[in-house]
Amino acid sequence: MTALLLITLALLTEKIILILVLFGLTLGVAAYSTYGERKVAAFLQDRLGPNRAGPFGLLQPLVDGAKMFTKEDFMPNAAERWLYILAPGAFMFVALMTSAVIPWGTQLTLFGTPVDLQVADLNIGILYIMGFTSLGVYGIMVGGWASNNKYSLYGAIRASAQMVSYELAMGLAIIAVVMLTGTLSLKEMAAQQAGFNWNIWYQPLGFLIFFVCSLAECNRAPFDMAECETELIGGYHTEYSSMKLGFYLFAEYINMFISCAVISTLYFGGYNFPGIDPGWLGGLMGPIVLLAKTFFFIFVFMWIRWTIPRFRYDQLMRLGWKSLIPLAILNMVLTGAGVLLFSN
Amino acid sequence: MQLTNRSKNVVNKKMSFWERIYLPAVLAGMWTTIKHFFRKKNALNYPEVKRPFAPVYRGWHVLKRDAQGRENCTACGLCAVACPAEAITMEAAERKKGEENLYREEKYAAVYEINMLRCIFCGLCEEACPKEAIFLTDRIVPADYVRQNFIFGKDLLVEGVEPEKRVDVTVRQKHLTEKKAVELAS
Repeated sequence: MTALLLITLALLTEKIILILVLFGLTLGVAAYSTYGERKVAAFLQDRLGPNRAGPFGLLQPLVDGAKMFTKEDFMPNAAERWLYILAPGAFMFVALMTSAVIPWGTQLTLFGTPVDLQVADLNIGILYIMGFTSLGVYGIMVGGWASNNKYSLYGAIRASAQMVSYELAMGLAIIAVVMLTGTLSLKEMAAQQAGFNWNIWYQPLGFLIFFVCSLAECNRAPFDMAECETELIGGYHTEYSSMKLGFYLFAEYINMFISCAVISTLYFGGYNFPGIDPGWLGGLMGPIVLLAKTFFFIFVFMWIRWTIPRFRYDQLMRLGWKSLIPLAILNMVLTGAGVLLFSN
Repeated sequence: MQLTNRSKNVVNKKMSFWERIYLPAVLAGMWTTIKHFFRKKNALNYPEVKRPFAPVYRGWHVLKRDAQGRENCTACGLCAVACPAEAITMEAAERKKGEENLYREEKYAAVYEINMLRCIFCGLCEEACPKEAIFLTDRIVPADYVRQNFIFGKDLLVEGVEPEKRVDVTVRQKHLTEKKAVELAS
C-alpha cells in the first residue's frame, strides 16, 4: 500500500515538474515569438527591428510585458462584466491546455529513472487537440460579444465562422494521417516516423491543407479576419486593454507555437531526424530536434504574414468550403485507396 | 502624354487554374520577401548614425565669424530686404574702441532676429549677403510650444568662437559658389 502510494507520488511530482517546465517553455517561446515577429517583419522590410532594450533588443518582450501591466485596465460601461473578464482567461487557458499531449521526445533518464517526455499519453491525443482548438474560439466569441461593441461582435462572428469552416478541412486532413498511421495517439505517430520515414512523404496534400487550416485557426495573416485592423479596428479585442489584451495577444502566440509543434509531430517526424538519435544527451536531443522544427515553422508563419495581404472575407469562405474541403476529401479517398493497396 | 512605361493594361479576365490556387503567386511573393531578409538594411540607428544632408538642404541659419573669431555681419540689411517673408529684423550699432576682436568692421548688428515661424527657408538671405555672414545649415529648427521662442536672436544664430563650437558650412559654401557660377554663365 505504502509502496503504491510512493510510486504514485513519484509519478505525480514527475508530471508536475514536466508540466511546469512545459508551461515555462511555452510562455517563454510565446514571449520571444513577439520579439521574433517584429525582427522578422523588420528584416523582410529592410529595417532593423527592436534593438534598444538590451543587446539586440532581447529584453523587448519583458519591457512590453511591463508596459501591458502598467496600462489602464479599461472596461466599457455596457460590457457584460463577468464574461468580459472571463474571456481572455478562457482563451489563454485553452491555448495552454493543448500542449499536454505533444510528445517532446522518447525518454529522459533522470536520477536513474526513465521519464516520459509527454505530460499525458492520451490514446486519442490528436482528437484532444482538435477538441481544444475548437474550444479556443469561445474565448474570442465570448470576448467579442461581451464587449458590447459592433466591431468586436463582427470580429467574433468572423472568427467563429472561420473556425467552423476550416476545422472541417483540418479534421479531414487529420483523418488521412490517422488512416495512414492507424493510431490517434501522437506518441505512436511520432514513434512510427523514426529516421526519415516522415508522414510528409505520404501526405503532401494533407500537409498543405493542414498548414493552411492552421494558419486560419491561429488567426494569422492572410486569414486574420477576426482582428483585421483596417476594417474592424482591432476586431474582437477592440475594447480590451492592459493585460487582458496582453492575454489575447499572448495566447495567439501560444496557439501558433502549439500548432507548429503539432505540424512537426504530425508530418515532419516529431522528435526524429535522420542521423540523430533522440536518446542522445540523456534524451534531450529529441526535444531539441522538435523545437528546431517548431521554430522553423513559426518562422514560416511569420514569413507568410509579412508577405501576403489579407484575404477578403468571401474569398476566405470560398477557399475553405469550395477548395480545401473537396481537396481534403479527395486526399482522404486517395489515402484510403493507398492504405488498402499497400497494406495487403 | 505618356510619362513612364510603367503602366499596365488591366484586363478583367477569369483567373486561370494556377492563379486560382494562389500557391504559385504565394511562393513567388515569399521568394521576393526572403531575398529582402538577407539584403543590406536601409534603416539607420538614427540618433547614433545620421544620414548626411544634401548640400541643397536649408535649415537653421548661422551667423559666421571669421578666422580671428570676429563677427562677419555688418548690419547692412540686404538680407532683411531680400527676405520675401520679412522674417529678419536687425539693429545696427557702431563698434567702440577695444571691440576690434569682436566685430570685423566698424558697424555691426547689435540685435539680429529671425522669426523661424515666418522664415520659409528659401536661402535668399545668404545669396544677398555680401560679407558671407549668414548661411543656412543642415541643423533642424527644434519644435517648441511657445511662439515667442521661435524668434531666434543672436544667442541662437551666431556661432561660437571656440573651434568646437564653429558651424561647418564649407559644403554649403561650395554649393553656393557653383550655383552662382552656373547662373553667371547662363
